[in-house]
Amino acid sequence: MQRRQLFQMAAAAGLAWTTVGRTAFAATAAPGGQVLPGNKRLVVVFLRGAVDGLSVVVPYSEGAYYRQRSSIALARPGQDGGVLDLDGHFGLNPNLAPLMPLWQSGKLAFVHASGSPDPTRSHFDAQDYMESGTPGRKGTPDGWLNRLLGAEPPVVVQAGAHAGVTRGISVGATLPRIWAGPNPVANIANGARATKPTLLDRPQVSKAFDSLYSGDDAMSRAYRESQQSRAEVNEAMSPAAHEQMVADNGAPLPNGFPDDAGRLAQLMRRDPNVQLAFLALGGWDTHVNQGGAKGQLANRLQPLGQGLAELATRLGPAFDDTTILVISEFGRTMRQNGTGGTDHGHGNVMWALGGNIAGGKVYGRWPGIDPSALNEGRDLAVTTDFRQVLAGVCMRNLGLPDSKLASVFPGFDSVPLDIART
Amino acid sequence: MSLPTALPMTRRGALAAAVAALAWRPTFAAEDAGQAEALHVLNRLAFGPAPGDLDRVTQMGVHAWIAEQLHPERLALPAFLADQLSTLRTPNETQRQMVDQYREMAREAKAAKQAETASPDGSKAATAEGAERRRQVAAITVEAGEERLLQALSSPRQLQEVLVDFWFNHFNVYQGKGLVRVLVESYEREAIRPHVLGRFRSMLGATAKHPAMLFYLDNWLSAAPGYQPRRGTAKVSGLNENYAREVMELHTLGVDGGYTQQDVTELARILTGWTLVQQESRRRRFGQGMDATASGRGDSIFAFDPARHDNGTKTWLGRSVPPNGQLEGEFALDVLANHPATAKHISFKLARRFVADEPAPALVDRLARRFTDSGGDLRAVMQALVESPEFRDPRPVKFKTPYQYAMSSVRATGIATTNVKPLMAVLSQLGQPLYGCQTPDGWHDTEADWLNPNAITQRVNFATALASGKLPLQRVDDPNAPAGNGLKAMERQADRAMARDEAAEGSTPPVDAATLLATLGPAISDKTRAAVTAAQPALRAALVLGSPDFMRR
Repeated sequence: MQRRQLFQMAAAAGLAWTTVGRTAFAATAAPGGQVLPGNKRLVVVFLRGAVDGLSVVVPYSEGAYYRQRSSIALARPGQDGGVLDLDGHFGLNPNLAPLMPLWQSGKLAFVHASGSPDPTRSHFDAQDYMESGTPGRKGTPDGWLNRLLGAEPPVVVQAGAHAGVTRGISVGATLPRIWAGPNPVANIANGARATKPTLLDRPQVSKAFDSLYSGDDAMSRAYRESQQSRAEVNEAMSPAAHEQMVADNGAPLPNGFPDDAGRLAQLMRRDPNVQLAFLALGGWDTHVNQGGAKGQLANRLQPLGQGLAELATRLGPAFDDTTILVISEFGRTMRQNGTGGTDHGHGNVMWALGGNIAGGKVYGRWPGIDPSALNEGRDLAVTTDFRQVLAGVCMRNLGLPDSKLASVFPGFDSVPLDIART
Repeated sequence: MSLPTALPMTRRGALAAAVAALAWRPTFAAEDAGQAEALHVLNRLAFGPAPGDLDRVTQMGVHAWIAEQLHPERLALPAFLADQLSTLRTPNETQRQMVDQYREMAREAKAAKQAETASPDGSKAATAEGAERRRQVAAITVEAGEERLLQALSSPRQLQEVLVDFWFNHFNVYQGKGLVRVLVESYEREAIRPHVLGRFRSMLGATAKHPAMLFYLDNWLSAAPGYQPRRGTAKVSGLNENYAREVMELHTLGVDGGYTQQDVTELARILTGWTLVQQESRRRRFGQGMDATASGRGDSIFAFDPARHDNGTKTWLGRSVPPNGQLEGEFALDVLANHPATAKHISFKLARRFVADEPAPALVDRLARRFTDSGGDLRAVMQALVESPEFRDPRPVKFKTPYQYAMSSVRATGIATTNVKPLMAVLSQLGQPLYGCQTPDGWHDTEADWLNPNAITQRVNFATALASGKLPLQRVDDPNAPAGNGLKAMERQADRAMARDEAAEGSTPPVDAATLLATLGPAISDKTRAAVTAAQPALRAALVLGSPDFMRR
């Protein structure tokens, strides 16, 4: 079934892609149904600004939640604007309703009270630590996704095909800290610009510039990586391929995250080289008038939920081998502040979606939210190191060998959390 | 460029520096060496050379040029620039007028949306007044960009413009957050620009009290715990620690400056009552608690509201701060401005901007001492910086930010820009939208932050479009253009310019490669010059601006 779909897609995409696609497919689906690690994919979605995890996965059964959030608490299930019950204790923010089918089919999990062992409440230090994968250590030169690129076995492609330029794909005009390091990463612009033709796509222009960027310096390498990845992306996102995807999936998506997520899904589905992908989404620093079922946070969560659901849908069969992680640098204060918002806190919730996630479950030891249980008297405590979740996904969902773990998360010596479907 | 000299930083220091400039010039190969020095200071202290700049700076000597740049008030704006700036309306509007316009627009938009929901066929109840107001608010955004970019491109006060970029970014506010949209122009003009070569404490105070910052980092709402607003509808009832944290982490001490969470909370208490008042009637009600000298301009809507202020004693940075109204906050800003951690933090950022991604600790220490000894005199710090041997190292080790790349490209072409919208769009494409950094830390400033595959492609596309005259930098806009002529439309226009061959209306003539090479002199290597010569004529100027050489400064 999967094989047939893939071949149909390949036919629509044209001959060049077919060569790469078939070969990759043949290489990754080994005899006997055993799947090689090269087939496994990871998408990391970073919510910059510290999303309020207590409004995402809500401990609605606890009175302490309502007592400490008089005007921004979300109502209990069944009430107007109430949360969607997950397990009798936690409920999902109703603005994330598009994700409920994934929860019900066991492909969505959460790890609550997770976060960094480092106590910082600086957005920028905390993001830095979560991207370097080394909390408390500022000197780490590279990011964990780049180190993972170096450790992951690549997809096998035929000689002459582009081997690995797009193994790591970042959406956005700049490459964030999480990708820093020696392994090449391609980045594509946000929005429709990602696949629009440019002057540099013209042979006479590129030929002239090729000669200027022929060296072994960082700029020349970046230039060549960009040219190669554009060739790959253009192939996978050809107008014919795009029309096919639209026909498969209906209307174009709204601008912003849903649109970017949909485009990334299409690219990942059509270009089997892509193994690791990253998107970031800002606007979560809700110090003022955060709102509840409606309001500022709700307005941010809606497109996020929609985009994640689209990503899952449009990945098609590839979703079975893909893990989507949603992370944010820290959580927010348990008590709402004096201006209807929340200030910088500590523990948060991590989200994991994917066909190979043992979902339908909120993982993690719940420390409670009574004032006596709070970190420094104000925040949700951290009971799961964010690296336990990342390491678990890398090993169990992506097939990272045990021996390589220390190279991806140096200094990490806790037990990885296993949230994979067996 | 060697010969480090430690000069006294007195008024006589500037003179001595000018004299010393002659001393650092080698006596042989004077022309080449002079051009190299001139290029270096134009790259670091200006947005690169415009036509004729290399010769002019070489002739007057780099130190005389630097001395001039350190006193921008002595440099007259050329008539064409002054004329362009004089057509802008926004600088003449008061903070209150701009805020009123925005509020009115928001109110109308809400009413229109409600009418749309209520109407059976969902039709929009758009009014002519609403469209006109949206157009005016959009125009404020564009005018802020014009005021900034026209000066960056054409002002002879280049160091001032470089510093406006630096300090706005240091005290960043994000245009996309509500009221900031209409206040960003005023913020830059009143709170940043006058202070970039003045006292750090003045700029810190001006930003702390500007409504753009008060709104952006939420301090305008922060109040003593348990505060009961006069009107029951307001949601304010206590502290918001957003600004208190960021003013220490980002504006002054730095994240490792030695403060704790308790210090954040206590500073938030100290700053309660620093707010903005939109109606004159309410402002009068505040009565004697208000600080009449809060702003240099009579139209500031900053106000200190004693009713919101927490009158308890605070324990902050190891001191006890007794209740003293607004003066508590002034005291706190004094402490922060004079703190050694602030001197170090600011010095590091300046050294990173003007010298190297990882500046030598000795340089940072020297600048920090100068900062402290001079009482935070930013002109003195800049003088110490330009006289340092580290600054004089002429290697182009800094990778240009998109802003620096775009400004230096247009300057090098000598195009007399009248329409900056395509450049605003290009900055968005390159990942550095003007006034568009959402987070308070501002844009980062190293090669690792900006060099990536997509960046090179986008820069080459921009260079090609610019050099072949496809960007409508001289288009005259229809004053009655619809309100939708905003940033998104500009971006689509620039996308098209970078994808097609034909020139748009208002485009400029193709750039002449030989003139461009003369303008840039030693910035362009022999290797690149050879490639330029070998290329077809239509692409030569594009290759110069899109070359690896031109990506660095």
